[in-house]
Amino acid sequence: MRDLNVIGKPWPKVDALSKCTGETRYADDLHLPRMLYAKILRSPHAHARIRRIDVSRARAVPGVHAVLTGRDLPTRFGILPVSQDEEALCVEKVRFVGDPVAAVAAVDEWTAEEALRLIEVEYEPLPALLTMEQALAESSVRIHEYGDGPNMHKLVSLEFGDVAEGFAQADYVREDIFFYAGSTHLPLEQHAAVAHYGPDGRLTLWSSTQTPHYVHRALAKVLGLPPHRIRVIATPVGGGFGGKSDPFSHEIVVAKLAMLTGRPVKITLTREEVFYVHRGRHPVLMWIKTGVRRDGTITAMHVRSFLDGGAYGSYGVATTYYTGALQTVTYKIPRYKFEGVRVFTNKPPCGPKRGHGTPQPRFALEVHLDKIAEDLGLDPVEMRRRQIVEAPSLTVNWLRISSCGLRACIDRVVEASGFREKFRRLPFGRGVGFACSAYLSGAGLPIYWNDMPHSGVQIKIDREGGVTVFCGSADIGQGSDSILAYIVAEILGILPEDVRVVTADTDLTPVDLGSYSSRVTVMAGNAAVEAAERLRHLLFRAAAERLDVPEDQLLARGRRIFDRADPDRGLDFAEAAQLAEARFGTLGAVGSYTPPKPLGRYKGAGVGPSPSYSYSACVAQVSVDPETGFVRVEKIWIAHDIGRAINPRLVEGQIHGSVYMGLGEALMEEQTFRSRLGVHTAPSMLDYKSPTTWEMPEVECFLIETDDPHGPFGAKEAGQGPLLPIPPAIANAVYDAVGVRIDELPITPEKVLKGLEDKARGGSGRIGPTSIPSLAWPEPIRVEPPPEWRSLGDLT
Amino acid sequence: MLRLPPFRYYAPRSLEEALRILSDHGSRARIVAGGTDLYPKMKRRQIEPAVLVSVRHIPELTRLAWTGREGVTLGAGLTLAHVLAQSEVVLAYPALARAFAMVAHPPIRSMGTVGGNLCVDTRCTYYDQTFFWREAIGFCLKKDGTTCPVAPGGTRCWAVSSSDGAPVMIALGARLRLIGPRGERTIAAEEFYRDDGIWYLDKEPEEILVEVLLPPREDWRSTYWKLRRRGSIDFPVLGVAVALRVESGWCREARIVLGAVGSCPKRIREAEALLQGNRLEPDVIAAVAHVVARSVRPLNNTDFLHLYRKKMASVFTQRALRELAGAPLMGDVSAC
Repeated sequence: MRDLNVIGKPWPKVDALSKCTGETRYADDLHLPRMLYAKILRSPHAHARIRRIDVSRARAVPGVHAVLTGRDLPTRFGILPVSQDEEALCVEKVRFVGDPVAAVAAVDEWTAEEALRLIEVEYEPLPALLTMEQALAESSVRIHEYGDGPNMHKLVSLEFGDVAEGFAQADYVREDIFFYAGSTHLPLEQHAAVAHYGPDGRLTLWSSTQTPHYVHRALAKVLGLPPHRIRVIATPVGGGFGGKSDPFSHEIVVAKLAMLTGRPVKITLTREEVFYVHRGRHPVLMWIKTGVRRDGTITAMHVRSFLDGGAYGSYGVATTYYTGALQTVTYKIPRYKFEGVRVFTNKPPCGPKRGHGTPQPRFALEVHLDKIAEDLGLDPVEMRRRQIVEAPSLTVNWLRISSCGLRACIDRVVEASGFREKFRRLPFGRGVGFACSAYLSGAGLPIYWNDMPHSGVQIKIDREGGVTVFCGSADIGQGSDSILAYIVAEILGILPEDVRVVTADTDLTPVDLGSYSSRVTVMAGNAAVEAAERLRHLLFRAAAERLDVPEDQLLARGRRIFDRADPDRGLDFAEAAQLAEARFGTLGAVGSYTPPKPLGRYKGAGVGPSPSYSYSACVAQVSVDPETGFVRVEKIWIAHDIGRAINPRLVEGQIHGSVYMGLGEALMEEQTFRSRLGVHTAPSMLDYKSPTTWEMPEVECFLIETDDPHGPFGAKEAGQGPLLPIPPAIANAVYDAVGVRIDELPITPEKVLKGLEDKARGGSGRIGPTSIPSLAWPEPIRVEPPPEWRSLGDLT
Repeated sequence: MLRLPPFRYYAPRSLEEALRILSDHGSRARIVAGGTDLYPKMKRRQIEPAVLVSVRHIPELTRLAWTGREGVTLGAGLTLAHVLAQSEVVLAYPALARAFAMVAHPPIRSMGTVGGNLCVDTRCTYYDQTFFWREAIGFCLKKDGTTCPVAPGGTRCWAVSSSDGAPVMIALGARLRLIGPRGERTIAAEEFYRDDGIWYLDKEPEEILVEVLLPPREDWRSTYWKLRRRGSIDFPVLGVAVALRVESGWCREARIVLGAVGSCPKRIREAEALLQGNRLEPDVIAAVAHVVARSVRPLNNTDFLHLYRKKMASVFTQRALRELAGAPLMGDVSAC
């Protein structure tokens, strides 16, 4: 292993002190002179036509500077080019309770609120479609005019190899149905944005966003401004988790208000509005069928998923594919069929939440496999362990596995938890459960089609040896700024504190696509490696001449550049920088990263490919109170194949955060709506139940390093993957504890009790959905698997 | 963010001054102590007082007098955290200590007061929402509307008494001292609460709850069990307060009071009668729990399904009685 000085060590985050002392300036902390405050009027109807809006009384309120309606911003936008279905303010129709209708800029929030109350909107209510079943059945009512069918945003059908052939070779076939409830991100920081429009005709937007580049594009489109006159600065984000990765109505609204009034305008959403803005976890109903040999070897799998998308497209097309794409990257699946549909309903739009479309099918798969193992009398760990994907290899759906540490992950958690001694052996009320998962390290394709890099980094060195790194990536608390500092410091032989990081400013920094799909460490990291190596080359050339040492014999370490054979023979870093500047002119370098081209040649092949996949294995231990149905997670053991931990402390932090979020989804979090009206049941942090520190179990983490060939220093992702095995491991543990299968998240006390009562009456004790809507699935796109999967000979 | 509406704020230094301000403003005024419940409700426009009268600086409300023989006097203005730091009180009245320790979370216990907890507004999933939300769903009887969405046919409000302290005070036989423009009165805690989601207190707007008088402990044992989804933060959706006088295994006197299953704390006298003169044997406990669950009719207007809460009324009563009987326990009182 390479001898590294910075990488692999628990350095503090570059922004740790400012975060801990409260110095960090979030978007809502910004105050500009003469600033106005904006508020948005939202629809109280789930589905209605806007007949008339009268803003004259609002405009007349003293202190009100501007009032906007949909007519002022009619151009549609959306994160995906195929789903440009949002309006900054609704023009003709509202599609959920909370849809934005009008906006006011005033001298303060009180005045703005008062003005909102004076806006008269006449609605013509339309039938509200609040469930997927309703939306699929009532084809006469359309939420949108586009899509793959009535209220069907996206309909997918893919078949890799002949699944019938695979099922025919199975000794045992099992089908199951699961439901995974929708949930929201619940970031502590509510979305906020400040816009400023200067006399030079340039617009600046500060926003708590994960994706400044995409916000930049949406602003240019809707406002009709040339992109070079727009500057988007992503402020430090107080929690994103995917909830701040769309361009949003309020960002466009404050920009337009600033342009109209000539004054800076700020908006901070209320907590309630954050629930309406949403873009959280899709509720997904899933049907899964798997054929296995007697020893548990999978011969074929068929998955169907029904996504309740809410009122708009958001990332939904990608989410739909994601509910099918990553089933194949953990275990060898020689034949695979996936059918998925995303349905529009009159509820807040769903989008990407940590794990983006993959925690739901992962829950289904891992519980399903647990049941198969039990049916066949197999050890659930061994059954999975025997059929882990190889690295390098291609999956049946053409995803490239470059490294896989899943076997080591499994061994670590099984050993540390004493799983084999506990499984099916603990007293009634206590149990252990096991699950594995995989996730991508960055999406292989950008959101809009182009051939340019996904990430760019620029570095300059000043005459005193100070180094500044510029990158478009947005630090959302996960530590991506720190990762850039560590990587550049490692390569240039300096310390992270010597590096200034300037990120997420579209005027100053080269494009990075943003903090989504767990892409920043790998993509911006690789770009930083390239830029830093180019600069080091200049420093080494200048130092080699001065020291009369061959370039390849030089080492950069401890703020010095020296002869590795004779370490006393060297230069200070600053001295080397001065020599290099004298020799080559102003010092700067750029680096960029483009992921490998996806290998699949079918429609939909763009979702799923990634430079690398991370792997996790988890054991959960729970106690279940059989009288109340309460589930307490006592401990989580989790091992994560991180490729290489650039900073193990940050990786563990991401794992703890994922465990916490997975715990909430497993046991209590759920977006629910008042049945007839479609009003969110509990849009507040008190009533939307997310776990507290009290519910958080002890977590024991193991980092498995596999040195991925595509990662900077071998690194893979950590931000999302570790969430995936948590819900199924907990569900499997509940079954081990009290013998009831709760196939529907969250596993609430009521459901556990219902299961126990059913069992006591002689039932199976299973709680969960029992049917899926009947749907005329289209003929699948048939995809020939990669050569190694063409024959099933090795199975027979 | 949601902004507080404008209001006038008075911070009187004496009871007399406070009473005068309250009489001057009548029903336009509200008393505020810790403000942990009131201010968020004002932001949501559930309560819209023009005047707030703070009782934080009134000396009579922060008295804590302890005489083992006569009991304890707790000033209504004492914070819950302050009461929890008094070891004599905690040891003598375990039910009270447990109830206060399970109110919300530490920052709120540092601001919230005894009086605030006992007078806390009733709660309902249709009422504890923003103005926007209530307008979207249709305003309810308790604020701005004319019908109750929980029981649309009826004429009353079914908002839920959500105080952890209230059922415990009744079980402990506490009395409350109130002072108003027409003088002072001392009433049993049980008489303070009314079975109405809107008019849930027997208290004039101009009256101030000054203190709580707890009888001496003597040989009473007490406990409190609370149902909520999370181990912190949440209001009760079921509270079981039990106080028993036990002599060599025989129950001489019993008080069983259920909180958060109706608009006021509910004393289950039929269950108490079953206990009195009996031993705390498993069959007696089961019979008592059965009567308790049969006597409460929670509605579907809090967290958890109402039928589940009814079921848990039995489970939690059994657990409370088993605990007081010194029998082996099942479950974790602090986590539920």
